[in-house]
Amino acid sequence: MFSPAGYAAAIAALMLSFAPSVASAETCDDLVLGAALSATGIYAANGTNTKNGYEFAANKINKAGGVHVGGKCYHFRIKYYDDESTPARAAQLVERLIDQDGVKFILGPYSSPLTKAILPVTEKYQTPVVQTEAASRSLFSQGYKYEFGIIATSEKYLTPVIDMAAERAKQAGKDPSALKVAMIYQDDPFSLDVRQGVVDTMKKHNMKAIIDDRMPKDLNDLTAFLTKVKALHADVLLVSGHEKGAATAARQMGELKVEVPVVGLTHCESAKIAKDFPKSAEGVICPTQWAETMKTSDPMFGSAADYNKEIKAAYPEYNVVPYQTAEASAGVYLWKDAFERAQSLDKEKVRDALSKTDLQTFYGPIKFAADGSNPSKEMLLRQIQDGKYIVVWPRDAAARELVFPRDAHY
Amino acid sequence: MQHIIGNISILWAAPILNVGLLLDGLMIGAIFALAAYGLALVWGVMNVKNLAQGDFIMMGGYVAWYLDQSGLHPLWGVPIAFLLLWGVGWVLYKAIVRKVITRDLFTSLLATFGIAIVIQQGLNLAFGPNTQSAQANLPSWSLAGGLITVTGTRLFGLVLAVLLSAAVVLFMKNTRMGQAIRATAQDPRAARVLGINTERVYTFTFCLNAAICGAAGALVAMVWNIQPFMGTTYSIRLFVIVTAAGFGNLPAVIAAGFGMGVFEQFGGFVFGAEFQQAIIVLLLLAVLTVRQIQQLSLRQALQ
Amino acid sequence: MKRNPHSMALAGLLVAGIAAPLLLPDYSNELALLWLMILFALTWDILGGQMGYNSLGNIFFFGVGMYISAIVQIGLFYDVGMYTSGARTTHITFTTFQYFSGLGLGLLAAGLGSALIAVAVGWALFGLRGPYFAIGTLGLAIAAAELVASWEWVGAASGISMPVFPGYPEAQKLFFYALLFAVSFALLLFLTWLYSTRFGLALNAIRDDEEKAEAMGLHTRRIKRTALVLAAFFLGIAGAIFGNMIGFIEPRDIAFPTTTFNIYMVLMVLLGGKGTLWGPVIGATVFHIIKEATWTYFLGWQYVTLGLLIVIIVVYFQQGIVGWILEKYPNWFAAKPVPDERDPYAKAAMQLAARPEGSP
Repeated sequence: MFSPAGYAAAIAALMLSFAPSVASAETCDDLVLGAALSATGIYAANGTNTKNGYEFAANKINKAGGVHVGGKCYHFRIKYYDDESTPARAAQLVERLIDQDGVKFILGPYSSPLTKAILPVTEKYQTPVVQTEAASRSLFSQGYKYEFGIIATSEKYLTPVIDMAAERAKQAGKDPSALKVAMIYQDDPFSLDVRQGVVDTMKKHNMKAIIDDRMPKDLNDLTAFLTKVKALHADVLLVSGHEKGAATAARQMGELKVEVPVVGLTHCESAKIAKDFPKSAEGVICPTQWAETMKTSDPMFGSAADYNKEIKAAYPEYNVVPYQTAEASAGVYLWKDAFERAQSLDKEKVRDALSKTDLQTFYGPIKFAADGSNPSKEMLLRQIQDGKYIVVWPRDAAARELVFPRDAHY
Repeated sequence: MQHIIGNISILWAAPILNVGLLLDGLMIGAIFALAAYGLALVWGVMNVKNLAQGDFIMMGGYVAWYLDQSGLHPLWGVPIAFLLLWGVGWVLYKAIVRKVITRDLFTSLLATFGIAIVIQQGLNLAFGPNTQSAQANLPSWSLAGGLITVTGTRLFGLVLAVLLSAAVVLFMKNTRMGQAIRATAQDPRAARVLGINTERVYTFTFCLNAAICGAAGALVAMVWNIQPFMGTTYSIRLFVIVTAAGFGNLPAVIAAGFGMGVFEQFGGFVFGAEFQQAIIVLLLLAVLTVRQIQQLSLRQALQ
Repeated sequence: MKRNPHSMALAGLLVAGIAAPLLLPDYSNELALLWLMILFALTWDILGGQMGYNSLGNIFFFGVGMYISAIVQIGLFYDVGMYTSGARTTHITFTTFQYFSGLGLGLLAAGLGSALIAVAVGWALFGLRGPYFAIGTLGLAIAAAELVASWEWVGAASGISMPVFPGYPEAQKLFFYALLFAVSFALLLFLTWLYSTRFGLALNAIRDDEEKAEAMGLHTRRIKRTALVLAAFFLGIAGAIFGNMIGFIEPRDIAFPTTTFNIYMVLMVLLGGKGTLWGPVIGATVFHIIKEATWTYFLGWQYVTLGLLIVIIVVYFQQGIVGWILEKYPNWFAAKPVPDERDPYAKAAMQLAARPEGSP
């Protein structure tokens, strides 16, 4: 039978095994950020990429000592709900976070339509929100005082493709205005803003669109559009439908063997077109908010290349790190910076600190204009060459020249 | 407006595209016709307007998808969905539908709508809101320089739908149960007097409809795609077909089914894919209006 | 005013309505929604319970009002197409005066616009009866959702961000609570009066036997149209208020939610008791409490639960709570005032109303 001493020893051992490990010795309070993110639905892929970015940054910051406000330390804890890629649900869930769960600081959802839906809620409750995944210009002209968006706005996405195509046409001695542009957009504020940027640039070159379509609601079938593209022998093909639209476009371009000299798609990386549809992806031009070759850095994450290495180690499924993940991490870093400058957890003081941000990050510079946007952020263009994403624009950041015309070996 | 004209001119400039749309429409329309027949059956025999019809189809589709995910060829989904949905129909009939047949018509409509919502949300919880499809991996053929693609899956779907419809029709004509169903549809009281167990007939009819929907759904998953909330669109499509054709008129129902498929393909191409749902619902309103006018000329109302 | 249980209940409700947000400020949102549910139930009952036209598309007028108000509120000060564009760079501000004047005009336009459109809808759909009417109205609601979702001028599927309320969150909550309370209570008072008139009897006559009612001289088409216009007017205003309360409107889930609010209307009335005045109110209250409880505790399963609730209510609760009470305690509720015997219309309607329900 066991002796009393034996019992005591056993219990002591049991208790010791439950004691926290030595590594996390510091006990910091929780600082809760709320986020409605898409775990399911048409934005699920980037919802997950965004969450990975948030989690990676929060963990890194917590391990490095957390956030120091008023002499105390805090660890970020992010509370998530699944918005199912539905704007109305995102709004309900953010209201729930603020009203029922008592969260005072919000991280934005993925995509402009969902962000558009939650902003009236955060504005109503005067709760600051850092949104890192919504680029539509209309989000910044509504007069919202509690919104801070760090990414480059959508009109910058596909306009360089038009400029490049015009340039190539001139070099070949052809008139740019004769180029036949075919485009299809998702019916959402981001894609339509992308479209507006394209339309304005096309007007500059006197180009006309031979096809200007909208995608079906679930972004699932583009055969009618692609059939028209083939029938009319388009010179430039543009598609903007978030990652689902890009995946469908790449898949069906391969199925229908669409050959167009210049193809521009948004959200290529998160749609994984280079991996899943290597033949159709070849030669496709993809705008990106961030690339690991950028010459930007900060004390927390290091350089863009450092971040790239660490995030790939944390998430080995990433062949190419989607920029959505990078910008999400930058957003959490921004929160830390804001809290530490405000030295307070009061919503108004933090909001004011956010508005005065002037921060260099591995993702790029963050300095907000009065409307909450980050005007100094620019886009890069990459082209898929031999299955790899190569920066081709702007010229001073380009690793290689554009391959023109596109040569897909179907 | 411009892009509608643009699309029409494309059809004019490349007439071969019309053939492609027609073929696609017929192949999909066959599946519509099959499911519409089931709806007409339940409508005619039990006077139940089943608003959950489209959701039965979605359930059948998810059966095929699930089989595909588990490694089994989704074509097995057709008979398996048929049997599974037969069972589902049986449970729903005994638990709910049986109790509302005798009440007023709105109650049965509302009850089936309630069933539809439960199924939709249940599928959403179980499988998520993403659009899915089952890969049958049959060959496709490219015609006319790549402007027409005939997929083996769609062709196969057409063949199966036709076979299944033929089987059901033969069943109706030549078996005792089939005759009992027809008799009950004509006059339930007389049928009861003549010794037919109308309760069994009703059960069988509802189960048969659910099973047909299941099989059709399995085909839809392979030929097109499925999503938990797509059921409503299908229900409305089928209502349009049955209302336009009249539920007693089988050849008309089948013809209307094909017509619906073709109309949708052309409509989607000309007006744009984002209008697909709107077109279907507007068609419903148009059909109801036309029927109303017809009835008015007979000094009746559409009941 | 006669001192009967009915008037006392109204007075009690008025007091409760005024006091509630002050006593339970944390629940302002839920209380405001409760009044909205009551309005939904009462308006549905006009057509479904009193007149026998079971509509599955009343939400159409709710959404129409919401969008009309948005267009007015924005259009008075900015170009609507520019405002809703994703590429908008013009900065938007609304002064306090602009916000409230826009809102006032918007609410008015919403009610009147909805009512006007109801005339056209009635003309198109009242030739349908029973299930066809239900399906037709459902089709109308879905068609509206889809068409608005493709209409870029009003923001299409991305919706419209409404003008921001100039004030603190507490003030905003109280303000919209007051609006919803006011419009719902006004509706309740209005219907109390309406159902005691000849018109109320005529509605019931149409429900009981439309052909005979027409044969006896009732102008059924005019009566049906009036009923729809009344329902549409209140629904339109409610839609406009709700859209502003939420701050963001879009066609499929907020303006024309065919599988949520649209169906709740029917359920609440069935639960409470069709064709009575207090049935819809009671049904709405009970339903709303159940719904809020499931949302708080069963997030994720709530829609399945509600679907099951539909089935249970429809199958087992046909007569509703008030119907059940009326059966057991017929003397609890004061009967409707007896109309003038010399009035031929009223006499005809009374005779019809006296016939047992459901007989041919």
